Amino acid sequence: MLACMGSLVPFTLVVGEEEFLVDRAVREALAQAREALAELSGGGGGDGDLNDMEASALTQGELTALTSPSLFGGGSVVILRNAQNAAKEIAAELVKYAKSSVPDAAVILTHAGGVKGKALVTDLAKAKVHQVDCPKVTRAGDRADFVRNEFRRVRRRADPDAVRALLDAIGGDLRELASAVDQLASDTDGQIDAAVVARYYRGRAEATGFSVADHAVEGRLNEALEQLRWALATGTAPVLITSALATGVRLLGRVGGAPRGANANALAAEVGAPPWKIDRIRQQLRGWHPDGVAKALQAVAQADSQVKGGGVSPEYALERVIRQIVAYRAASPR
Amino acid sequence: MSVFAELTGQDAVVAQLRNAVAGAMTHAWLFTGPPGAGREIAARAFASALLCPYGGCGECPSCRQVRAGTHADLLLVRPQGLSYGVKETRDLVLRAAGAPSGGRWLVVLFEDADRSTEAAANALLKAIEEPAPRTVWLLCAPSAEDLVTTIRSRCRVMTLRVPPSEAVAEALARRDGIDYDRALAAARAAQGSIDKARRLALDASAAARREAVLKVPLQSVSLGPALAAAATLVKSAEDEAKAMTEELDEPERGKLRQAFGEGSTGKGVAKAMRGMAGAMKELEDRQKSRATRVKRDTLDSALLELAAFYRDVLMLQVGADVELANADHLSDLRRLASGTRPEATLRRMQAVMKCRERVAQNVAPLLAVEELTISLLPG
Ligand SMILES: [Zn+2]
Repeated sequence: MLACMGSLVPFTLVVGEEEFLVDRAVREALAQAREALAELSGGGGGDGDLNDMEASALTQGELTALTSPSLFGGGSVVILRNAQNAAKEIAAELVKYAKSSVPDAAVILTHAGGVKGKALVTDLAKAKVHQVDCPKVTRAGDRADFVRNEFRRVRRRADPDAVRALLDAIGGDLRELASAVDQLASDTDGQIDAAVVARYYRGRAEATGFSVADHAVEGRLNEALEQLRWALATGTAPVLITSALATGVRLLGRVGGAPRGANANALAAEVGAPPWKIDRIRQQLRGWHPDGVAKALQAVAQADSQVKGGGVSPEYALERVIRQIVAYRAASPR
Repeated sequence: MSVFAELTGQDAVVAQLRNAVAGAMTHAWLFTGPPGAGREIAARAFASALLCPYGGCGECPSCRQVRAGTHADLLLVRPQGLSYGVKETRDLVLRAAGAPSGGRWLVVLFEDADRSTEAAANALLKAIEEPAPRTVWLLCAPSAEDLVTTIRSRCRVMTLRVPPSEAVAEALARRDGIDYDRALAAARAAQGSIDKARRLALDASAAARREAVLKVPLQSVSLGPALAAAATLVKSAEDEAKAMTEELDEPERGKLRQAFGEGSTGKGVAKAMRGMAGAMKELEDRQKSRATRVKRDTLDSALLELAAFYRDVLMLQVGADVELANADHLSDLRRLASGTRPEATLRRMQAVMKCRERVAQNVAPLLAVEELTISLLPG
């Protein structure tokens, strides 16, 4: 059943565990219901009473009371969260309601989508309620799909490189990704490519930290120090730089310790890095011996402790550890 | 059953507390002892005994209210975050200045008093220096040194000892119906901490965490596996901490929603909902700060387990006839004991202690543990 603007959707079922998507689906369903209710009341009445509660808190017969026409008109919206926790009798009541919904009322139900309370989802699907799926976005490919979809929502096109650059700069948090897409869409015109993304997000702390780390583990001391000074001058917190250095060196150790022919995707999942990064790490590894990696990682731990109040200035501690990383690389037997 | 029966293996302390209840009273008490020795349990039993008309029978309404935390003359303070502030302390001091509503005493039980900030400690000091005539302060802290001297010197210090594993196992078998042998293994592994022993015996995430910890020494043979072991250790400690906090978080949120009359309808609802959003935000902030603390504590306790593992190895290496904390992993212990030298074991124990310092210093947990597992590598 498709929801068209203006007409009231009596029953919306939001299924899944991806918090950001669930929140958004509920928000949109609510906005849509309010608009429809305002229209039904001829613009004179309100946009309805709102009840937002846990489904487990619903008592028997309460749904009927909440959705019955109010004395003042204007209809009502009932949001019931986590329907998987609803008692059996309540679930039955929900299904019964879905089959014969009340005019002037909209029910929005969220359900985690797991095994718990699964029958409710099945029964509601049979009742042909409007369903929105919000499955967990976990794999790298899913995140890329998500970003593409976000661009589509704001009616913009972005090429694959731009999507990748954005994921690289922002990380995996859907909320942040969505707001980055919004910002790019409102601040730029035309096709969005990697260069556009870089222009907007190069200054981001994490991105800067990672570029310091890449220069360091690849043995380019001067570039690494230059990036470091720039990062600190532009207000990047020193702890973000030690954190990026730790990630850079740690991945050398984890990827270097894996069998040479290991599948990049499986390895990426195991060590917690994006799959495309594995190739780059393998190239970086050419200059390193495990002993050097071990010493470099311990030097980063020491630097993190100094940055967090160990008596030395953070700038000094960071510069020192970058010099150490480059030196341990050079000392590695080829 | 007397409330003091809960104090496993603490006969000396119990004798002093009984004396106090019988009349040898002081206004400020400090309960110290290693984690899990039962500082809070002892303080609570003492509170119960002070408030009970029968000296701590454990059965009367007063004793039951103390157990439930609802007794009108017992102010329970349990800092939830990493520190306890001056504003909260002033409120507490004000409430503690009143008179008891029913019995002889108004008891303030301050758990983790070492978490009070310096300003908070000063506010507390004034109250302890000039106590209200019917108010008794019971402070708990890991050691007396954790409190400023000025407070410490005004308190009578009760030091709880690490109870013997057999006593802990017996208590677990008696109270929780855990099989004695299993309880004994858990008690040994928990090194005297009764709460931890109970969790190890009953909670799967805690047991899994311990297994992950005990795999670290044998897994750290080369860099890749050592780093993987570090990741597993940190992850399992975080999982355990998460399980512990979630158990607390959701009921608290539910209670708050109820308090704001969730589910009601009508004109006032929207306003109430906005009020709830603010209160919910505040609650979530507090929960977050508690989660940080639990996470750090859980990791520290994992590191202590690792230290105990190496201590066991050392005991085998020097042929000392002592109880091993990890007797249930004897073959692993023996393998390491015969394959390495005592000096190396000592060095590794020091590395574990250094890691604990790093974590306390706020170094990124994974990084600190990686530094450690690298130090565990052979050679
Ligand atoms: Zn009693």
